[in-house]
Amino acid sequence: MDALFLSVLQALVIALGAPLLVGTLRTLKARLVGRRGPAPWQPFLDLRKLFGKTPVVSETTSWVFRATPYVLVGAMLVAALAAPVLTSRPPLAFAGILLLMSLFLLGTFFLALAGLDAGSAFGGMGSSREVTVAGLAEPTVMLAVFALALRASTTNLGGIVERVTIEPLLAVNPAHLLAFAAFFIVMLAETGRLPVDNPATHLELTMIHEAMVLEYSGRHLALVEWASAMKLFVFLTLLANLFFPWGVPADVTPPALLLGLLALAGKLALLAIALAALETAIAKLRLFRVPELLAGSFALAVLSVSAVFLLR
Amino acid sequence: MPALVYALTALFGAAAAATGVAGMLGAPWALRIDWLVPLGGLALEMDPLAGMFVALVGAAAVPVSVYAIGYAGRERRGCLAYAVFVAAMLVVPLAANVMTFALAWELMSLASYVLVLDGARAGREPAASAHAGWVYAVMTHAGLACLLAGMLLLTAWTGSPRFADWAAAAPTLSAGARSLVWALLALGFAAKAGGVPLHVWLPLAHPAAPSHVSALMSGVMIKLGVYGLLRASFVWLAPALPWWGATLLLVGAVSAVTGVLYAIVDRDLKRLLAFSSIENIGIVLVGTGAAVAFAAAALPALALLALAAALYHVVNHAAFKSLLFMAAGGVLHGTGTRDMEALGGLIKRQPWTAACFLAGAVAIAGLPPLNGFVSEWLTFQALLQNIRLPQPSMNLAFALAIAGLALAAGLAVAAFVKAFGITFLALPRSDAAAGAHEAPVPMRVAMVATAAACAGLALGASAIVPALAAVAATLVPAPAPITVGAGLTLNISGDFASLSMPAVALALAGGILLPVLLLVVARARPRVRRYETWGCGRLLQTARMEYTATAFADPLTRVFDFFYRPAARLDVDAHPESRFFVRRIRYENPTRFIVDEWLYRPLGRVLRAAARRAAVVQSGSPNLYLAYVLVALLLLLLVA
Repeated sequence: MDALFLSVLQALVIALGAPLLVGTLRTLKARLVGRRGPAPWQPFLDLRKLFGKTPVVSETTSWVFRATPYVLVGAMLVAALAAPVLTSRPPLAFAGILLLMSLFLLGTFFLALAGLDAGSAFGGMGSSREVTVAGLAEPTVMLAVFALALRASTTNLGGIVERVTIEPLLAVNPAHLLAFAAFFIVMLAETGRLPVDNPATHLELTMIHEAMVLEYSGRHLALVEWASAMKLFVFLTLLANLFFPWGVPADVTPPALLLGLLALAGKLALLAIALAALETAIAKLRLFRVPELLAGSFALAVLSVSAVFLLR
Repeated sequence: MPALVYALTALFGAAAAATGVAGMLGAPWALRIDWLVPLGGLALEMDPLAGMFVALVGAAAVPVSVYAIGYAGRERRGCLAYAVFVAAMLVVPLAANVMTFALAWELMSLASYVLVLDGARAGREPAASAHAGWVYAVMTHAGLACLLAGMLLLTAWTGSPRFADWAAAAPTLSAGARSLVWALLALGFAAKAGGVPLHVWLPLAHPAAPSHVSALMSGVMIKLGVYGLLRASFVWLAPALPWWGATLLLVGAVSAVTGVLYAIVDRDLKRLLAFSSIENIGIVLVGTGAAVAFAAAALPALALLALAAALYHVVNHAAFKSLLFMAAGGVLHGTGTRDMEALGGLIKRQPWTAACFLAGAVAIAGLPPLNGFVSEWLTFQALLQNIRLPQPSMNLAFALAIAGLALAAGLAVAAFVKAFGITFLALPRSDAAAGAHEAPVPMRVAMVATAAACAGLALGASAIVPALAAVAATLVPAPAPITVGAGLTLNISGDFASLSMPAVALALAGGILLPVLLLVVARARPRVRRYETWGCGRLLQTARMEYTATAFADPLTRVFDFFYRPAARLDVDAHPESRFFVRRIRYENPTRFIVDEWLYRPLGRVLRAAARRAAVVQSGSPNLYLAYVLVALLLLLLVA
């Protein structure tokens, strides 16, 4: 019963928190450049509108195109259940970070196929770029995970959170901080944020994610956007709870969950401010500069692993 | 008549698979027929490791033979060589002395060589295919020469050609002697497995063979190289030395990355799959190398885990690679071409083939909920525990292997998005693709069964992994670090990691169905308007507007240009009146293979020069040859 309650609660928190997070980011970015910007809950209104519209589906496409939004949402919902969001014991308690990353890759895989399915050059361009970035980000993710797992002697997400909670000094360990930096850059790449991809642009030559989903409309587009928001939410939650695990309760009681929710909201707000400031301050990188950025994050991850070996 | 041969091979394969499973679960037997072959007689022995590989070969031969009924059921040529090929592969793991092993190994190589040539003759580029056969013959025999040298050395030093005696006598040999023999055997076995830089035959021979043969060559034949490596490292030459493990680990990581990088840029569907086999053999070799390194460092529980991961990936790769080659054969059968730039849109004409290829692509890209994900996950869990090795240099080798495997896993997604997306989605790029026909029933049955096996191997992980760990425990005796908890959860090394595939699959199914259900409940309008693809106002959508396979791989080609060393050539043929009237543009961007250029070309030059020198003694005069014989005889008499 507890498990079912927690599953529903956690899925709801992520499903509803994700559009709010995206809206907050947009509002913050608008404020930082001196615009008033939309209200933080604007994405909910967008989603409602999109769900009401008739989707237009290209005649060229196959069932892969129409199935992809559902696969994407499904993969993100499972990721939502596997991540330590409200407590360090998520509903899919066995899950490790490898499973989570593979679920994200599953979404990328199908979205890239859908990009190719309509047969337009935009979709192909977006798909080709997206899989390039995702593929090059993977070694960094694994090494950052490795550094965390070495410290916590487990790859289970909940286990890492609990271990760092017990030993707060771990959080200022050089290995931990380097892994955080590496993971942060990977987060920018995987969720299509600046300087890798600009979520606000529809300029042909620079698009990655937006080019890939250009053919989607109506409820299909709503699901794709929702899933992307959930991916961002889960990534930021991982950053918040794996690297700064304070206020993540280990038990599943209503007060503890409330505390977890409040702590998460606070940490996400801080991360959102940091992200918005970063996106306002820097420009998008040229596409063929992105591998250099990812190589930099890879170097950070290697340093992080070496630090674990040197400081053991 | 050929259909009958294939049907009988399928039955034979099923029987062999049953025997193999029995042997794997612990029903050893031995068979000796001394008079049948010289030098020790025919000797077969069943033990759990042999049983696992016999079961693998037999189980893979069943769907592939059924597939062959539809694919080549009317062609007489090649069906007997195919049956011999399967039989020889079944004997290799059972062989218990040098002679039996060498005969079975060579029979397997020769039968597959004949099949490659057969496929080459039916193919479109006879010259290229004859070259494929020649490279295959050279590499496989160079490998055999290394194997025989190693085995004969060991026979001389232990005084017995029987494998069982080697295991008993090996600990008495010096470390240097064991390392020499191991290096020779590893060269031979890695050449068969397709480890870089001995992989050059694989991307030539596998695409040239008929598709059912490619499925077996990539699916199981190269795994017998892994079998040999396991035997040599853990049984014949035990106890293992650390440098063997480090070598295998690095060769595996290099193979994984190299294989997937070439797979990304290739436009030949079957060659792409062949390169991806090199990647997967790399993953298996990393697992094997980790096992050897852990065993050499007296960490048997971790060695057992790494070995179980390697064996699991061997089984999984056999399933999804034979599935992919069968589906690629379906494409070839239906369109007559393997060139991805001429394919596209096949999902509408070949829905079954497309769905099966998609299942195989998800599996091989290491994505949940299919089997490739589970064995890659297990391999990573074994690698991540290397902190328990004391030497920092070894830790570094492991960290490099982890990064290499992760890069390979990420790029495999790119390679298979390309393989499926360009081949099956969007509009057909040629008349051949537009007029494709679906595969006949036997081919479809075989593909669907293999796709189901991919799902079964993932969902049944909590039963399969412990069984494979039991096989691994016969090589490295240790208590298994793998336990099965509530909800079919696999627990690795206590609470280091855990995974429950049925729960993931259920959650995924629920997560996919939930939005569907909610939309139904909310009565969202199910109506969908079909319209043409948005195209900036151009009038007609044609296949020329699609991304091509080459264009798709372009970003990665640029990122890794130090590796591909592309030699781009652009010829523009302009009108004599004005250079703005272009009559013809020719653009070439061939990939160069650095192993070919830096290793095999110089080696070939050296060999040719040496042969030319040696040719001096060949005058063609019989008198001179008789004089050679006389001199040789005299010399031998003097020495004796």
